[in-house]
Amino acid sequence: MPQVTLTRRYRFSASHRLHTPLLDEARNFEVYGKCNNPYGHGHNYLLEVAITGAPDEATGRLMPLAELDRFVERVILEAVDHKDLNTQLEEFAALKPILVPTTENLAAVVAARLAREWPAAFPASAPRLEMLRIHETERNIFEVRAGPPERSE
Amino acid sequence: MLITRKVEFSASHTCWNPALDSAANEAVYGAEANPNGHGHNYRLEVTLEGEPDPVTGMIVDLKEVKQVLEQVIVGPMDHRHLNREVPPFDKVVPTTENLAVEIWRRLQPRFERTPGRLKLVRLFETDDLYVEYEGR
Repeated sequence: MPQVTLTRRYRFSASHRLHTPLLDEARNFEVYGKCNNPYGHGHNYLLEVAITGAPDEATGRLMPLAELDRFVERVILEAVDHKDLNTQLEEFAALKPILVPTTENLAAVVAARLAREWPAAFPASAPRLEMLRIHETERNIFEVRAGPPERSE
Repeated sequence: MLITRKVEFSASHTCWNPALDSAANEAVYGAEANPNGHGHNYRLEVTLEGEPDPVTGMIVDLKEVKQVLEQVIVGPMDHRHLNREVPPFDKVVPTTENLAVEIWRRLQPRFERTPGRLKLVRLFETDDLYVEYEGR
């Protein structure tokens, strides 16, 4: 059966501030520039989620797109859309202020959430998570390979 | 080295499998299941792999690539109803996945003996949905 990769794009808007207490004020400003401004700022993020597998013989689809959309909505978008990442996204808030919500760290958090929740949401025969990509702006794009699913035996 | 050529075509389709009942079709395909059909501006990216010729500095003659894409994909599919006019979609559901695989099958023989071999097809059905196929 042919193996195809399907990518779906989602959008969310969120605010963040890049600042680490591990560095002094001057060094923070050097590292993060405008992103260090004390009151934070926001972006319209674009999230791409790619899945790989063989299209179902009857439907010709990897999976119903509505199921993928509902999954991403529940696991990711509800947690980040119109939120402040520093104070409202659990992974950053819990480790605050150690884990800085750079888009590198956000991509890792999103990848971990998707990989953690995927096995409970879909059967073993479902396609696998392949890759995710977050566009912070049109010019800054971050991509990670999705990890292996944490499926219990 | 990889080289990618883009083309666009506009076509209508409906995603419906008569072997499934209405509820199942609507659950799987959503709005795509509208029996009267609907259309998309499909965007196709075709990636070839090869090394630049030492004399011409080109992997392939892009004029020839353009002609093949026109002849094999755009000609038969542009401004057509996929289910009614483009086999095998009278029998196979024209999902983005199946259409990407069919495009690969049509193109692959045409780039079998050329310096640039077919590496990847990437088919955008909308800005927010695309499928990639590498022939595996």
